[in-house]
Amino acid sequence: MNDSHKPFVAAGDIPPSPPPSSVVGPVAWMRENLFSSIPNAIMTLVGAFIIYSLLASVIPWLFLDSVWNATSLGNCREIDEGACLAVIKERYLQFIYGFYPEEERWRSIVAFVLMIVAVWPVLFAGAPRKMLYVSALYPAVAYWLIWGGTIWGPVGVMLGPVIAIIAYRILNPVLRGTSMEEGIAGILAILLAGLVLVLWWLFGVEVFDGILSSVVFIGLPVVESSKIGGFLLSLIIGVSGIAGSFPLGIALALGRRSNLLFIKAMSTGFIEFVRGVPLITLLFVASTLLNYFLPPGTSFDIILRVVIMVTLFAAAYMAEVIRGGLAALPKGQYEAADALGLDYWKSMRLIILPQALKISIPGIVNTFIGLFKDTTLVSVIGLLDPVGILNPIRADQNWNGIVWELYGFIAIFFFIFCFGMSRYSMYLERKLQTGHR
Amino acid sequence: MSEVAIDREVDRSKLSVSDEVAIEITAMNKWYGDFHVLRDISLTVNRGERIVVCGPSGSGKSTLIRCINRLEEHQKGTIVVDGIELSSDLKNIDKIRSEVGMCFQHFNLFPHLSVLDNCTLAPIWVRKEPRKEAEDRAMHYLERVKIADQAQKFPGQLSGGQQQRVAIARSLCMNPRIMLFDEPTSALDPEMIKEVLDVMVDLAETGMTMICVTHEMGFARQVANRVIFMDQGQIIEQNEPEEFFNNPQSDRTKLFLSQILSH
Repeated sequence: MNDSHKPFVAAGDIPPSPPPSSVVGPVAWMRENLFSSIPNAIMTLVGAFIIYSLLASVIPWLFLDSVWNATSLGNCREIDEGACLAVIKERYLQFIYGFYPEEERWRSIVAFVLMIVAVWPVLFAGAPRKMLYVSALYPAVAYWLIWGGTIWGPVGVMLGPVIAIIAYRILNPVLRGTSMEEGIAGILAILLAGLVLVLWWLFGVEVFDGILSSVVFIGLPVVESSKIGGFLLSLIIGVSGIAGSFPLGIALALGRRSNLLFIKAMSTGFIEFVRGVPLITLLFVASTLLNYFLPPGTSFDIILRVVIMVTLFAAAYMAEVIRGGLAALPKGQYEAADALGLDYWKSMRLIILPQALKISIPGIVNTFIGLFKDTTLVSVIGLLDPVGILNPIRADQNWNGIVWELYGFIAIFFFIFCFGMSRYSMYLERKLQTGHR
Repeated sequence: MSEVAIDREVDRSKLSVSDEVAIEITAMNKWYGDFHVLRDISLTVNRGERIVVCGPSGSGKSTLIRCINRLEEHQKGTIVVDGIELSSDLKNIDKIRSEVGMCFQHFNLFPHLSVLDNCTLAPIWVRKEPRKEAEDRAMHYLERVKIADQAQKFPGQLSGGQQQRVAIARSLCMNPRIMLFDEPTSALDPEMIKEVLDVMVDLAETGMTMICVTHEMGFARQVANRVIFMDQGQIIEQNEPEEFFNNPQSDRTKLFLSQILSH
């Protein structure tokens, strides 16, 4: 009888023992990941060489041989051959604030700190829900802090949506009472409420501001838009653009998939038009042409105009990203929501959008990052964002000819914010993971 | 297309049909573009009836039951559900949908919500019930479909059979008077088919009005009081299950039965 056919019964349990050092530990890890085959080993060595040569030139330039204390570029070069960081040391406040008056800078710091407080409950579910009221009030507060003036202007602007909602509440039942079809009556009510909102913002706010300011004057010294610059300006445009383009993008995406021909045509037309035009063109429209279209006498702040254009531009991209998410949802989700008796808005809000937005997170964040970096384009129309502020610095006789240090500084600033957004999106995706479908 | 045994006696004495009409379909027609999917369908369903609709694929059986809660719109004829005629008036539709439960072939649970939230969503948002009340009822129905211990899990963590049972519980949470089943077991493995069919038998025994599109002929024999055979958008034959299976009248029915029962 062959040995292997002998009956066998295990004599006892074999206790677990630690693995040999060839499968765990750093050496094993390196063997598996870096030197698993000859091509892999070659690539590892080449990669190591590239990293070494990069560091070998950057570290001395940036750290060992750099100059922090000098009065001009020439002075820098005399002291040492590395980066002339003295220019950053001298001008960093300008990079942050532009020409924002020195004695008022605390206001933008307060606005920045409040921004973090306001954004916290929006980004993290762990924050107390009541904090969202702070977030809702933040735009008016930030506007008031940064631009100054009476407090009643921003308050009036924030009252706009309240007034629009009241108008809708009144108009909706009235219109539904008429012989109109219900869907059309609803849309008409929304459009009319929107019109009320625009009229209030264009004319009502000024009157409101005038009356209340004459009763109780609460105000800060006014800071002109032309004084605002640097990273402050990038953040103003970037954060408002992100906050505005997200809801607008959702609305456009839903509009483009609507069954109502008018809404669908409007949304599609808007998206295609805005996407088909370079952002620079829109910014030029904002800086010059827009004044022709507005009623004479209204002067529209340049930063506000730019924010609107950037928002519209990003919203068009956002809409397409979200539409992709909506299209990716199985049809069964829409049907199940319908079959339970949820109406359109409820099924969108509770079923469709939470899933579609989750699918679209990478694309949405992509658009946000793109938008934030595109804020540097405003330097072309003469705003003093970090790139715009380079010109006066480089025109200074002392710093004429300096390039790397300044652009590098701006790059680091943008990298920190964009990398932060990217990490946040990865965190969010992990958090919303609810098991495979 | 199998005959999964329902391994317990179905108590047919509990299966009573009342005289009250639940659904009345009269000369209903539907087209997809030029394609005539449903042709002159007339069907009256009384309360307490369990109707099985079968037929080859593409025969319009799913479309028929989807017309009953207006996931599909019909173009001619009338459908009256619970005394309400289905028309293009939006309010009627949401009202009917909230009283007609539906289960789908692919369950269509909401993957971003827990099992419990799936069940309480419609009662809370459509019926405006307090959360506590909705949760209590959801737990009651989850208990009945024997899945209460999974209430906090997400649908993606459950097996197909479990998901379908949750889907049934989700529909029941709206206290529907009519349940529609659109091939509820077609996407399931045999051992899971049984657990879902058991739940459906339980449901039949409570006197629920049910219309099931299914190929489970064992279920049809034991539970249905009427079997409808459809082909090419028409109702070809309808009869009591015994008669339908043992003594089919039309040639198309015979052919269909020989095909699905020979396996």
